[in-house]
Amino acid sequence: MENTISVKLKIWRQRGPKEKGQFVNYSLDNVSTGSSFLEMLDMLNQQLVEKCEEPVVFDNDCREGICGMCSLYINGHPHGPVQGITTCQLHMRKFNDGDTITIEPWRSAAFPVIRDLMVDRNAFDKIQQAGGYVSFNCGGAQDANNLPISKEVADTAMDSATCIGCGACVAACKNGSAMLFVSAKVSQFALLPQGQVERKRRARAMVRKMDELGFGNCTNTGACAAECPKNIPLSNIARLNREFIVAKCSE
Amino acid sequence: MANKTQLEGMIDSTPIMQDFADIETGKLPEYTIDSKIPEGPIAEKWTNYKAHQHLVNPANKRNLDIIVVGTGLAGASAASTLGEMGFNVYNFCIQDSPRRAHSIAAQGGINAAKNYQNDGDSVYRLFYDTVKGGDFRSREANVYRLAEVSNNIIDQCVQQGVPFAREYGGLLANRSFGGAQVSRTFYAKGQTGQQLLLGAYSSLNRQIQKGTVRSFNRREMLDVVIIDGRARGIIVRNLVTGEIERYAAHAVVLATGGYGRAFFLSTNAMGCNGSAAVQAFKKGAYLANLAFTQIHPTCIPVHGEDQSKLTLMSESLRNDGRIWVPAKKEDAEAIRAGKKKPTDIPDEDRDFYLERRYPAFGNLCPRDIASRAAKERCDAGYGVGTGNAVYLDFKYAIERLGEDVVRDRYGNLFDMYQMISDDNPYETPMMIFPASHYTMGGIWVDYELQTSIKGLFAIGECNFSDHGANRLGASALMQGLADGYFVLPYTMQNYLSDQIKVPRFSTSAPEFDKAEADVRSRIQRLMDIKGTKSPDEIHKRLGHVMWNLVGMGRTLQSLVKATEEIEEVRKEFYTDLRVVGNADDLNTELEKALRLEDFLVIAKMMAIDALNRNESCGAHFREEYQTPDGEAARRDDEYMYVSCWKYTGDNEKPILIKEPLKYEAIKVQTRNYKS
Repeated sequence: MENTISVKLKIWRQRGPKEKGQFVNYSLDNVSTGSSFLEMLDMLNQQLVEKCEEPVVFDNDCREGICGMCSLYINGHPHGPVQGITTCQLHMRKFNDGDTITIEPWRSAAFPVIRDLMVDRNAFDKIQQAGGYVSFNCGGAQDANNLPISKEVADTAMDSATCIGCGACVAACKNGSAMLFVSAKVSQFALLPQGQVERKRRARAMVRKMDELGFGNCTNTGACAAECPKNIPLSNIARLNREFIVAKCSE
Repeated sequence: MANKTQLEGMIDSTPIMQDFADIETGKLPEYTIDSKIPEGPIAEKWTNYKAHQHLVNPANKRNLDIIVVGTGLAGASAASTLGEMGFNVYNFCIQDSPRRAHSIAAQGGINAAKNYQNDGDSVYRLFYDTVKGGDFRSREANVYRLAEVSNNIIDQCVQQGVPFAREYGGLLANRSFGGAQVSRTFYAKGQTGQQLLLGAYSSLNRQIQKGTVRSFNRREMLDVVIIDGRARGIIVRNLVTGEIERYAAHAVVLATGGYGRAFFLSTNAMGCNGSAAVQAFKKGAYLANLAFTQIHPTCIPVHGEDQSKLTLMSESLRNDGRIWVPAKKEDAEAIRAGKKKPTDIPDEDRDFYLERRYPAFGNLCPRDIASRAAKERCDAGYGVGTGNAVYLDFKYAIERLGEDVVRDRYGNLFDMYQMISDDNPYETPMMIFPASHYTMGGIWVDYELQTSIKGLFAIGECNFSDHGANRLGASALMQGLADGYFVLPYTMQNYLSDQIKVPRFSTSAPEFDKAEADVRSRIQRLMDIKGTKSPDEIHKRLGHVMWNLVGMGRTLQSLVKATEEIEEVRKEFYTDLRVVGNADDLNTELEKALRLEDFLVIAKMMAIDALNRNESCGAHFREEYQTPDGEAARRDDEYMYVSCWKYTGDNEKPILIKEPLKYEAIKVQTRNYKS
């Protein structure tokens, strides 16, 4: 059966984007090792409410690793110490009795803190709005099988399209670069025939928007891909660089 | 209200229904239901409708504003398509980005009648399977239209760049889902919902960039504003600042998903709620068929009291996985005690109960049937794990196909399972158990997807329309996108065409003042309770009541008890709720409290709807009504209708209005998945 452990928590608390934040220490007993990390935080919040204190604010929704909402920086890693998963998929069995767990928000100039562990990732939407689509209106599509796409291409495009837009890549990068996020979307469309017509325009527009929004430059440290919960490979960035250079040269 | 001795042995609620509701016999003209089904043979209705409906010309579209609440498959596809057409769209979501809506979590796939596999599929067959899967409780004309536009959805999504799975020849791949004997499900790994939603989100982004759609994130609708009997706007709470904001439009579209979290534990996301439906209900929209809630057979079992949600294992796993429990009770007991492992049980001592009971469909029988069969085995003492679990075994698939093929098909689902349960499903069978997943019931809409309030539309899971008493797998994505891309953008124009001379509304109208004041006093009331229980604590209590008494198996007695217990939870809510923090500030506890207040309304209506329906059909299983071999016994003579509920006041009895269902293109019969 499940065991229980006690943990000490060091959690970043901050009232608003302009206010000064600080770490606050909590301790929590009887945490079932079968609980998820966020259920452990639910337990903490329940105890805070019982003491009439305001709960720790953190983004979360689907709790099955796909919506991209959860975004905790745990013990120095976005989404915690286990590779290839989101915060909500992390379970307490990965921690030991008596461990101290440090929990911070994503820290990046482009993602201001809203409250405690919740940040504003609106910049990602803006990059997508700049060109992350195929321009065509509903109703005018040809039969789906009129456009054969080889399995390899479809699978590679799918691997890029798997990005959940959580922002772990930005949080992991010492420069706060969004290259992995942008390259995943640019790659998906650059690989597929549907994306060809706007291929150059898309690469230029999305990169321009990314730069404009205050994301840092890429220096190829590879931290983004190492911390990505969906294992989006670094080769996407190589593809984006090529797409961008070709687009720039043909301007 | 009926007392306990009176209820004893009673199976038909008719003598006591007046204690719970006023039954409208249809004599009063204001309660007649017009579902606006077009004339003509079923295959021509939609074509005829489109040929004769009113349209709005491009110059006038620019002057018409539409509010779309929700950015899931239905909301995002509707908002983007209406934007493409030239309307002014205001699009709202509670998450930080439209891309996070819970459609994103749909795993398995989307159905369409393409017949690419040459296995005998057709629009009619998809229509027939859906009506039959819904146990003959859905509206025939709506379902036919759904099957008709299903093919357009696949074309649309491929054009958007959705990377569906493909064969080596470059054409689209398919797999099978429950309730069908053809392979008509299109998929993108185990992330079909994600890819379809990102496709709709990309079209939405294009319109946001163009300025036709304005996107409002982290905002929750708290009321719909009615002016002269028409929906003309909404009141929302800004979840970051706590401010109350007003938005006006010529029409309002609700695409806010289902109310499955009335059970607290469900596969829904933490933020999923039924609040928009309740607000519409209180303003006069009917809620329909609320008893029809889908309990999905293949979820990871509950592990403990601190659990916040349940995780679904895609139905696609039933393509290759075989479901079983030990055939001998002593084996089940030994497994529960940890003395035996599932791999110790030889094949001849395994009871593949779905294959045994339903030879024709086997492990791919519909969800309601698979869920009930699992419950039946566990109740009989054959459950494993905590006693509330059965095995889903891939041993046979691995022997037949090899581990690599199984990994290729289901790798990400297996990883997800292992992460949560700490078991390796390549070596030992998965443990699964049914959980609340989807709600077929919802806001009543007519053929045009308009509610009983003029100018208020409901699309996707939040309406009641297409799935009857049970939804087939891979049909939710189909319905959400059908409504949003191909149905609503047409039918709405039929309403908007006579609104072109109506000038833009000001949010300073007295109706807005009143709606905002009501919202503020509602919030203040909750803040002022200052009790001791957090919203989650009370929600968990409600969830236990709903799961135990309004869950997979219901009886007249359990439902009467449920209404009483829901009332007790409601009392606790209004006397002992604690909301810490301030109302005019970011406050996640207040968000939960407001949603819970609405779940209490829905929960009661679910119990009353289930009590009224003295039959078993689809997911609604009244234990009193079953055949000798334990199958659902429908009572078509009495209950072949949509039960529509009209709100009359917080402490008043709702009014039941019946929309009769007529089947002209399909011969009504008993569902049979055995032969």
